[in-house]
Amino acid sequence: MTAATIPATRPRELPFSTRVGIFIRLLAIQGAWNYETLLGNGIGFCIEPALRLLPGGRHTPEFHAALARESKYFNAHPYLASVAVGALARAELDGEPPERIERFRTALCGPLGSVGDRLVWAGWLPFCSLLSLALFGLGARAIAVVGFFLLVYNAGHFALRVWGLNTGWSHGLRVASALGNPVLRRGPQQIGRLAALATGIAIPLALGRIIGPGRSLLGLVLVAVALGATVIVRLQGRFEGWRMSLVLLAAFSLFAVLR
Amino acid sequence: MIDWSHLVELIPLALLGGILGLDVVSFPQAMISRPLVASTMAGALIGEAPSGLLLGAALELIALETLPFGASRYPEWGSASVVGGAIFATYPSHPAGSMPLAALAALATTWVGGWTMVKLRQRNAVWAGQKREALEAGARGSVVSLQLRGMTADFVRGAALTVVAYAILAPLAARCIALWSADARISRCVIVTLAASVAGGAAWKLFHSTAGARWFFVGGLAIGLFMLFLR
Repeated sequence: MTAATIPATRPRELPFSTRVGIFIRLLAIQGAWNYETLLGNGIGFCIEPALRLLPGGRHTPEFHAALARESKYFNAHPYLASVAVGALARAELDGEPPERIERFRTALCGPLGSVGDRLVWAGWLPFCSLLSLALFGLGARAIAVVGFFLLVYNAGHFALRVWGLNTGWSHGLRVASALGNPVLRRGPQQIGRLAALATGIAIPLALGRIIGPGRSLLGLVLVAVALGATVIVRLQGRFEGWRMSLVLLAAFSLFAVLR
Repeated sequence: MIDWSHLVELIPLALLGGILGLDVVSFPQAMISRPLVASTMAGALIGEAPSGLLLGAALELIALETLPFGASRYPEWGSASVVGGAIFATYPSHPAGSMPLAALAALATTWVGGWTMVKLRQRNAVWAGQKREALEAGARGSVVSLQLRGMTADFVRGAALTVVAYAILAPLAARCIALWSADARISRCVIVTLAASVAGGAAWKLFHSTAGARWFFVGGLAIGLFMLFLR
């Protein structure tokens, strides 16, 4: 950065190019995910374009101190980490005391992890997946099923990341109040109900299309599915369904090949 | 002697496996790695997108159980679905055994893929440890290079896994299909029963604590069964 472009004061607004730079980096926030610092390096990586706006630019002790602080251990849902990135960028550029920023970082980890897990991994993702499976079961073509899933899922995904970055930036260290947003508080429950409805619709329809024409075995399959699902629920915590499928499918294949 | 033409054919599959393996965690988590999408893409690459979709739907039902929660260890569906989808799409007439064997190949690959992801995360920790002093000094280059190295390694992991799994499992599946003795419809029913059972169990785990969800499920099931018998 040349002397002419080094900002002399702290900005009130994030320049558009910086915002876009941060957003693109947010998509790679888990690029160096590891069991020691978890998302830590990713947070530093995402905030770095904003830190260049510190007085003096990126060749100052303040820049290095801020980047070191932001690259330490951090844990959050990857989509909702955008809230943290926005808020921490604001705090750094506002010149908040380092101890306050570190306390804030620690406090933010829990809520951003649990809210994101319930809203996205346990709600939005299975809901979109089941809706797409229902569409598949209704006979939609490959391009329609895949296009529908990617469009609907990513509309929510990208909206959440953009909202998170904007909310974090506009609230700074007072971002906790924004986490009371109705979508974050009541969203998981509402999506959960809709996903339960979609499950009921999607499973029989998808099953019908995979089996194909002819209904002679359908009744038997439906009964077997009900029994199988009950067994999996009963074995919860002791055995995962996908591992059971692997074992049973391997056994069936051996039987069918060696018979 | 190495069959170079066969190896060249694997390059597009490796690239797809690498990109979709990368999507699982590292970049951009847009869920192009979900089996419904990944298997269809692999099928399209072979010239048989509908076959890829058919297997992808079965795998998607199973994958509902394994969502990418935080630091938990979960199977890697991106590269695995490419392997399964490509194997199934190779047999457009869907002979008996092709679907269970392609699903089995995907499930075996997803298991190994989950293990490779754990190893990559451990490797990322080692790389971060080697750069600890630079990171503590706030060196921009170290932060950025660590991130880029992790993503590159993840891409290579996905691509390598896809090539190795496909190179081993595709010929094995071809031999097993030739020897398959079970009826084609029964074979499909087995895979569909397993997949739908896992999906049902997964749905219960996800939604049973949500107030009123079971009634929504029962209502949905009534609608689904009604529509199924209308078709």
